Amino acid sequence: MTRPPQASGGRTWPAITIRGLCKSFGPAPLYRDFDLDIPRNKIIAVFGPNGCGKSTLINMIAGLMPYERGEILFDGKTLKDTKVGYVFQNYRDALFPWKRAIDNIRYPLALAGMARAEIAARVDRIVAAFDVRFDLARYPYELSGGQQQLVSIMRALVPEPEVLFLDEPFSALDYEMTLFIREKLQQVFMETGTTMVLVSHDLEEAVFLADIVLLLTKRPTQIAEIIDFTVPRPRTVATLSTPAFVATKAHTLDVFQREVRK
Amino acid sequence: MTSYLAPIARRLGSRRLWLPFIGPALLIAAWSLLVESGTISPILLPGPVSTLKHLWSVTVSGAVAGDFLMTLSRTVQAFLIATVIGVPLGVALGASESLYRSVEFVIDFFRSTPSSALIPLFMLIFGISDFNKIAISAFAAVLVILFNSAYGVMNAKRTRVMAATVMGATRFQVFRDVLLWESLPQTFVGLRSGISLALVIVVVAEMFIGSDSGLGQRIINAQQIMNVREMYGSILAAGVLGYVLNLLFLILDKKVVHWSGRA
Ligand SMILES: Nc1ncnc2c1ncn2[C@@H]1O[C@H](COP(=O)(O)OP(=O)(O)O)[C@@H](O)[C@H]1O
Ligand SMILES: [Mg+2]
Repeated sequence: MTRPPQASGGRTWPAITIRGLCKSFGPAPLYRDFDLDIPRNKIIAVFGPNGCGKSTLINMIAGLMPYERGEILFDGKTLKDTKVGYVFQNYRDALFPWKRAIDNIRYPLALAGMARAEIAARVDRIVAAFDVRFDLARYPYELSGGQQQLVSIMRALVPEPEVLFLDEPFSALDYEMTLFIREKLQQVFMETGTTMVLVSHDLEEAVFLADIVLLLTKRPTQIAEIIDFTVPRPRTVATLSTPAFVATKAHTLDVFQREVRK
Repeated sequence: MTSYLAPIARRLGSRRLWLPFIGPALLIAAWSLLVESGTISPILLPGPVSTLKHLWSVTVSGAVAGDFLMTLSRTVQAFLIATVIGVPLGVALGASESLYRSVEFVIDFFRSTPSSALIPLFMLIFGISDFNKIAISAFAAVLVILFNSAYGVMNAKRTRVMAATVMGATRFQVFRDVLLWESLPQTFVGLRSGISLALVIVVVAEMFIGSDSGLGQRIINAQQIMNVREMYGSILAAGVLGYVLNLLFLILDKKVVHWSGRA
């Protein structure tokens, strides 16, 4: 199941290499000798049946969940030497309600011991990039769901991580907000090239945002297929009706359904 | 369009304002009725007017102030001791689930034991000193405070801990920046119960552990010489004290733990 890095998009080094990963809950293995290369400066969408271990996979990579065996390296470094960001599905439980929105965004920088002026400059930059129109002096519980998730994304991005993980970040948001945040994410990606690993249960969204769609099987989880989607950015609503998009989406759905029925 | 609604809204509004006074008014009316009708002898229960008048006169004369302040001071001392021990210990226990589980039974057992049952034991240890009253009261309060703080930490949202971890927080930073904060709403519940409990035990201790000051002593002395106006007056004073302390903590809670129940 190993794919050499150059197969998925050309001349890029893998940002993340996973070798021989084993993980089980109880007696049944979830991952057994799982190998994967995630290339740098790409958006990888992880798609697969419910409960196949998408969240578990990115949690293991991000160091939030232990695994029994295997190795996960970032450009040959361990996680300890790598800056990662993580956006949770449940923004309400992920933000710190005792801190104002702006202080939530400052928090990871303060944690890294950054000087006050540098923190201010970085926060100003990201607030401008996300075109924030609401009052960041408010507490998270005073904001709408979409605004909270936006704060959560800014908090994850402000330390300029090498890899950003997103676990179904839009699934609790309304469509309008989803479109807005998708566009902002794409814009940030085009400006910074931050590697992003996005778990999604929405096939259209997965293909739309991704350079690579990683399709997983049912448990025990393996790679069903890795699908490249190379339509240039910025992708817009018009992209959704291009033949390339329609074909890729149809193909992905095809593989997915074949896997689910197995 | 809303103009004709305004008077109704105003009336509704003012009716709302009156609502809290209905209960006390009913209570005083029933009290008067019982006394006036002769159902209860005024020797056992004087009328509300005469009781409140008496309370007022001992308040302005300063007669009750000494005892009131004594009870308040003992309660606050007991509460402070309980807080200083209970919160850090509770948070520490809560941070290690296995540690908490291993002492859970002891905490639950003594939390369920009426603290007043331990008064004789404390008299053996501390004698009938003034500190005894504070010690037994602090003991009662510390358990409820400790228990709540520990639960606050244990029930911290996993996602928040994960969020801090992934941002590079060390175990200590997670503790300081997440667990402590997460425990605050529940800690405040503990503090509020703790100060109420401290007052209860201080008043009981003032009655039964040889005492020459405090509202508890005032109540039991008045009862022994059948000075019922004095007794009810002192009971009301103790009630006012308990109510104000509780209210204070409710207000403090809203201010400090502003996110409680909203996030
Ligand atoms: N903490 C856990 N304990 C036991 N089983 C778990 C735990 N977390 C996840 N699982 C199981 O592992 C599988 C994968 O979970 P998850 O990664 O959340 O799936 P996905 O995100 O793809 O929907 C599921 O079958 C789930 O029941
Ligand atoms: Mg999931």
